[in-house]
Order: sequence, then C-alpha cells, then structure tokens
Amino acid sequence: MPAVSLTVNGKPVTADVDPRTLLVQFLREHLRLTGTHVGCDTSQCGACVIHLDGVAVKSCTTLVMQADGGNVLTIEGLAAADGPLHPMQEAFRENHGLQCGFCTPGMVMTAVDMVRRKGNDLDERTIREELDGNLCRCTGYHNIVKAIAAGAKAMKA
Amino acid sequence: MYEFKYQRPGTVRQAANILAKDEDAKILAGGHSLLPTMKLRLAKPSQIIDLGRVEGLNTIELKGRSVVIGAMARHVDVANSPVVKEAFPALADLAGVIGDPAVRHRGTIGGSLANNDPNADYPAAVLGLGATIITNKRRIAADDYFKGMFDTALEPGEIIIKVQFPIAKKAAYEKFKHPASGFALVGVFVSKRGSDIRVAVTGAGSNGVFRVTSFEEALKKRFSPKSIEGMTIPADGMNADIHGSAEYRAHLVGVMARRALARA
Ligand code: FES
Ligand code: FES
Repeated sequence: MPAVSLTVNGKPVTADVDPRTLLVQFLREHLRLTGTHVGCDTSQCGACVIHLDGVAVKSCTTLVMQADGGNVLTIEGLAAADGPLHPMQEAFRENHGLQCGFCTPGMVMTAVDMVRRKGNDLDERTIREELDGNLCRCTGYHNIVKAIAAGAKAMKA
Repeated sequence: MYEFKYQRPGTVRQAANILAKDEDAKILAGGHSLLPTMKLRLAKPSQIIDLGRVEGLNTIELKGRSVVIGAMARHVDVANSPVVKEAFPALADLAGVIGDPAVRHRGTIGGSLANNDPNADYPAAVLGLGATIITNKRRIAADDYFKGMFDTALEPGEIIIKVQFPIAKKAAYEKFKHPASGFALVGVFVSKRGSDIRVAVTGAGSNGVFRVTSFEEALKKRFSPKSIEGMTIPADGMNADIHGSAEYRAHLVGVMARRALARA
C-alpha cells in the first residue's frame, strides 16, 4: 500500500492507503472529519468541496494520492473549534442560508474560494453563476446567495 | 472502483515506458473524466500512471503565430492565462465555461482530449481551429485526431504533451449547456484564419465532434451570421436522448453557429 502524507487543517497526517481511496473517503473514514459530505459521488453536487493547496476541489473526484504532499482545508479547519465562527459560516447562520445543512459545508468552502477569486463585493448574478457546481435540495438558494454576499463583505472587515 | 496499481513517474519517458509495457494501464491527468468512469466500473485499468509529478507539462506560451498549451494545464489556467486572453479570447472563454469552478481547478486540456467525450468542449476548439496535438511520439493534426466518440488516433504508449493552436483572427465558441451537467448539448466553435474557415460542433453528433462543411463553404464569401441565415444540417447522425431529439440538436447547431459568428 502506498504511503500518503499531507497537511489537513494545519496538522501533518501520514497513512498507508489503498490507492483507490478518494480524498473524501480519507477525510471522512480515516481522519473522521465528517463535516465534508458526499451527496452525489459524481462531481455534481459540491457537498464534498474542500480546498486543496488553496483552491476549491471536489474531494469525491480526487484520489488521496493526488493530494500527496498537499495542503487540505476542510470545513472543520475554517475556524477554531472553541472560537467564533468564520465570517462566512456566521453569514449562513445569520441569513438562514441552510435548512437541513447537508450541502452547507460545500457551500461555505465554495463561497470562501469565490471570495478569493472574485473579491468581497459579489453581486447576485456572479454568486448564482459561481454556484453552478453546488446543489441544495432545501433552501431554493435564495438565502444562500444572500449569505454569501454578506459573508464576502464580512470577510473584508 | 476496481483495484489498480498506482504509479507516479517523474518524467514523460518513464510514464511512456510503463504504458508501453501494459496495455491496460491508464494515464491520470486531472482525473475528472477517468475517476468518474472508474467509479462506475466502466473502466478497469491495471495501473494508474499519475502525471501530477511530471514537470513542465502545464506551460502556456506564445510561439510565433501559435499558442502552445501543456497537456496538464488546468481549465482555470487556460481561462485566466494572460497569453491566451490576449492572443485568443475565444479559447479562454471556452475553458471558462467547462464544468463548474471546482471542476475547472482540476480538469486538464490533455485529459479532455485523450478522453474525447462526445459532449466535451475542448474537442470543438481543437477541431475548430485546426490545432495540432503533440505527443511524445509525433504531431497529429486535429482533422486526423478525433476518431469517433471516446476514440482518438492515440496509439498504445502515446501520451499527449501539448497542443498547438494557430492564432485565428476571428474565433468564438457558443454552447447550449445541459442545465444539469453543464456539458454541451450543442457547442459550436467558429474560426477564420486567412482563407481557412472552420465550424466545429461538439455535443450534437453521435460520433463525437465534427465539422460542418456546408456552413464553412457558405462563410467563404463573408464570415458573418447572415451567410448561413436559415441554413440547417440534416438530423441523421445527431444524438437523440431525453434531453433533446436529433432534430432539436440539428436545429441548435445552426442557432449556436450564428451566435458564435455574431461574437467572433
Ligand atoms: S459528492 Fe462530490 S460533487 Fe457530489
Ligand atoms: S440545506 Fe438541505 S441540502 Fe441545502
């Protein structure tokens, strides 16, 4: 079994893995970081979005071996467990941007990446277009869009 | 997924050696076509040869009258490349509408072309610009490269290294996106380079990407949507499924071609 070493939420991790292991499986089953979800397993829903070396990636469509030596950030690493929420998480809470919450980790990670690429002033059209790869079965997106616009602004402060 | 042996060579030569010795080995680029196919157990590679550690495969450069793009360049790199945007905005546009943002962070041009999905975007640009596929063994003209759906002229042991796009004065891509998958239901790439006029269609044909010679003829006089006003293509050979009939796709080819010409 090949060995894989990567940094997850700032901590170095090393393991021997079956090369078939997907990054999302590694995160959920080996590291027990179950905040990253699997909605579709076919690269469509975005519930599994994490950041790999600083960019949003669908972890259900990436082998953990492809992340070897890389730096992974998951929803658990966005804010300290005992501290305040990340401004984007806070904006989702404040704007009722979630109902069941299944899509939310992927939405938040996608939103933070969106801010990195598009800046802190996001109009509705941009947000909707950028959410192309994230599906939500509950909210109808309206409050997610509002949350992302507010969270993007709050991230500047 | 079925079991496989994972390999991560440091050079193209090493990758080619593994590939040449094992016809069931497969190259892994970004993984956004291959991994989904493997998950569905539609592919059963004996070995996965990950090109992720091979240096120098993701360069994007201007060479004379061409833009040369490395096989491992991600869609996001092509979409944002100042070189591509300046020389070839149509190509940057095309790369920027593939999949969704997270997919564009991983998917590569080489992977897309080696896979030759009948609904993929890049084949339209490659055929629609008369690009050249450069492998570890030879150069293949776009017209000789695409051999039908999921089939290409690549031989066992052959790996795409880069793609050379001759710069066209006028070019544009328009796609009618499948609303769920984002794949092209119909995508049309048009270009004019001197007297070389090309109209290439992806998504519509049941045999993969193809050129519309009747449109190309009609555009010789004037490269404008007017020149193909009212023209359609026959519905035979078009894809038909729950998302659109063959007639609908044939109709969209004309519509998308005119929209692309209006933008070019
Ligand atoms: S689980 Fe990865 S995109 Fe749906
Ligand atoms: S809140 Fe339930 S899927 Fe989005």
